[in-house]
Amino acid sequence: MFGWEFPPHISGGLGTACFGLTQSLAKRNIHILFVAPKANDHTPFKGVDVISASNIPVPLLSAKKNLSAISGKGEQKIEKKENSSKLISITVPAEILPYFSSDSQFNETTIEQWNYQFNVGRSGASLEKDAKAQVRYPFTGGYGSRLLDEVKLYKEVAGEIARENSFDIIHAHDWSTYPAGIEAKKISGKPLIIHVHATEYDRAGENVDQRVYEIEQSGMQKADRIIAVSQMTKDTITSRYHIPPIKVNVVHNGVAPKKNSSCAAMPQLGNKVVTFLGRITQQKGPGYFVEAAHKVLQRFPEVHFIMAGSGDLLPKMIERVASLKISSHFHFTGFLSSTKVDQIWSISNIYVMPSVSEPFGIAPLEAVMAGVPVIISNQSGVSEVVHHAIKVDFWDTEALASAICNLLAYKSLTNTIRKKSEVEIKKINWDRAAKKINTIYHELTTTK
Amino acid sequence: MNLRQPNKDRYLNFYFQVHQPRRLGQFSFFDIGTDRDYFDDGLNQIIMRRIAKECYQPTNLLLLKLIGKYPQIRITFSISGVALKQMERFAPAVIESFRMLAATGSVEFLSETYYHSLSALVSPEEFVAQVQLQNKKILELLGVRPTVFRNTELIYSDEIGRIVRDMGFDGILTDGLDDLLKHRSPNHLYEHPANNGLRLFFRNYTLSDDIAFRFVQKKMKTWPLTPEKYIQWLESITEKKDLITLGLDYETFGEHQKKETGIFQFLEGLFATVARHKKYRMITPSEAIALLPPVDSFSIPNLISWADEERDLSAWLGNEMQQDAFETIKELEPVVKKTGNPVMLNTWRYLQTSDHLYYISTKKGEDGNIHNYFSPYPSPYEAFMNYMNIVSDFSLRLNNYERAQALDPTGREKNTQILVT
Repeated sequence: MFGWEFPPHISGGLGTACFGLTQSLAKRNIHILFVAPKANDHTPFKGVDVISASNIPVPLLSAKKNLSAISGKGEQKIEKKENSSKLISITVPAEILPYFSSDSQFNETTIEQWNYQFNVGRSGASLEKDAKAQVRYPFTGGYGSRLLDEVKLYKEVAGEIARENSFDIIHAHDWSTYPAGIEAKKISGKPLIIHVHATEYDRAGENVDQRVYEIEQSGMQKADRIIAVSQMTKDTITSRYHIPPIKVNVVHNGVAPKKNSSCAAMPQLGNKVVTFLGRITQQKGPGYFVEAAHKVLQRFPEVHFIMAGSGDLLPKMIERVASLKISSHFHFTGFLSSTKVDQIWSISNIYVMPSVSEPFGIAPLEAVMAGVPVIISNQSGVSEVVHHAIKVDFWDTEALASAICNLLAYKSLTNTIRKKSEVEIKKINWDRAAKKINTIYHELTTTK
Repeated sequence: MNLRQPNKDRYLNFYFQVHQPRRLGQFSFFDIGTDRDYFDDGLNQIIMRRIAKECYQPTNLLLLKLIGKYPQIRITFSISGVALKQMERFAPAVIESFRMLAATGSVEFLSETYYHSLSALVSPEEFVAQVQLQNKKILELLGVRPTVFRNTELIYSDEIGRIVRDMGFDGILTDGLDDLLKHRSPNHLYEHPANNGLRLFFRNYTLSDDIAFRFVQKKMKTWPLTPEKYIQWLESITEKKDLITLGLDYETFGEHQKKETGIFQFLEGLFATVARHKKYRMITPSEAIALLPPVDSFSIPNLISWADEERDLSAWLGNEMQQDAFETIKELEPVVKKTGNPVMLNTWRYLQTSDHLYYISTKKGEDGNIHNYFSPYPSPYEAFMNYMNIVSDFSLRLNNYERAQALDPTGREKNTQILVT
């Protein structure tokens, strides 16, 4: 299984999903070799071996070829620092178009060049001539400007892994691992499943990065089966990537039951708190939340709003809140660790996810787990499985504000949603998803 | 025609319920206090005209034709006042064909609450007032005075039976539940335990649902259901002197089950076969009361209805939101009545229509699907929010009205004068 995120290296739903899914698949006696770009500090659990791509040696010669391809016309220079501790450093100018990252915590816009430091796997007098010399790529596993390059190197590593290990199925999560999946399939001849947690259209709206689109489409075409996290995503795959629907299975995500973690008390902001939690990017619709907050405050001036998370639209949101003169009741937290998120849930009365395009959306499920009633946009995959929530169209700030007011005004509404959704959520678990995926595994291994 | 029809010793009462709620318009929290209309009569017009065209009118004409051919046919209708009013406004031809049915003498019309409401649970005064409005409407439009009653969704208890008898009705229809009947048959006439003369008709829900729900279910072993097959079932379960009450939504014909399913041919075939049958006699409730003695008295201390698996009030009052909504509207009674304003009173009563609460149900499974089928809202939460926003607005209007009256002494004098005269 190839995935770009795995705990503790997670920045969004993908890592959470990979973790939840592998745990439930392991319970079904499926042995998983999970390849993350960077996983050195992870504690493995039963049934899942986590491999850090950064620790996989690749032949030096092919590494050089790769890096040269990445950097362009052989501009790279390779410095040998053999004398000092068996390290080779290859400097690659980062003129390669930085991939726009929607995640500002990983934005590394100031980087002008980047260094790969390779641990030499074998010491030898003449590295240049030693065909067996090996190096390792120290992946960042982030979504910064190097992403497209890391994707290529990760694919290289995947080839090595496919050569060195035996397995029955290749399962690749999201576009950054599709080339790796294809490479592994090419080398092993095993069936490939690509698991679409999001498409470029979800992340970028209509301004898709053509290179990412092509990687996605190629993955979908070469895969033996595609798993989509929602019907909405399946529709995107068939309409935008022109994939026959028969090849695509919908498997909704789940949510892991919450351990009773006691979190530090939060200062009480007021009687009622309405929360937005997620990346502050166009995809997540933070602007609609701000406009709705403004409307609600005209009727309920005592309510407080929290916008938790970070992203490229954060400055714009802060400015808008200031210009609406609601800053005293609208709070920004920046990016939050998971314990901080628990604290936020503990003081929230309503959670709002006004996403413009959300292939699934695990956060509302976590809110429900924490006993917080949710309002979600119709443009989300999670709305296909959660019935006990209020649903609005993301652009309809009037309806969103009205829904918030209703939850604030009518206690019986809040109580019913809370009660019913807590029952419902027990059925939205990873075991259910794993069961469906297990069936797909069997289909693919028996027909082959 | 021999009225006694001596060989026909088994009785069949076909009762059809006609109802369309006056649906509410979209009402956001921000519409509260803006004088916006509550009802989406544009939508109500579209729906009434569609159902009139697909169901009411063709079925009425079919029944008129059948009665012309077989005068021994008997049919019972209950038409909510809310539906009658909408027919008058949007599909007057339907009123005309019901009037023609009334004129045949083969059709009986029952009384109910004008607003198809749970007013029996609001207060006895309100219940009685809404029944009187219904009687007036039936007399005005169809020229008949009902003597038998059916409460909204067949909601019934001994207490409701007592009030209904006090209003002068001779009989009432309710549902024949297995749990309630235990070993007793629904196929008899019973009487109220207070010995007050009120007769109880129990609907045979199995035979009713065979037509209302199972007719279209192709997975049923018995599909397709034919009049001959249906009569066979009837014969297999009924004995001499039995009175079978079949009750179903009139919209079964052409609306819930479209013309293409063959439901009209089934209805026509069934009525023709029963009319010619040597054992069965079609009968109306008032004829049955005149002809058949009650076999026993029957006590129903707790409220029952014909809705959902539970057959209690959970279809309308099953969750906290429904209870909250109902309590809120119920509590407005003294305030509304104090205003003495007929428009306020009428609006308040329209908001009592049981459908508004039915849409707020959070039930799942088969029953949940039926709730969803009828609901114009994507979920019970939208239904609740919309309804409560309207009720909140209505409360605000009431408050404003009261305040305006208090500030305007001439208005008060006028009121006093009206009271004096």
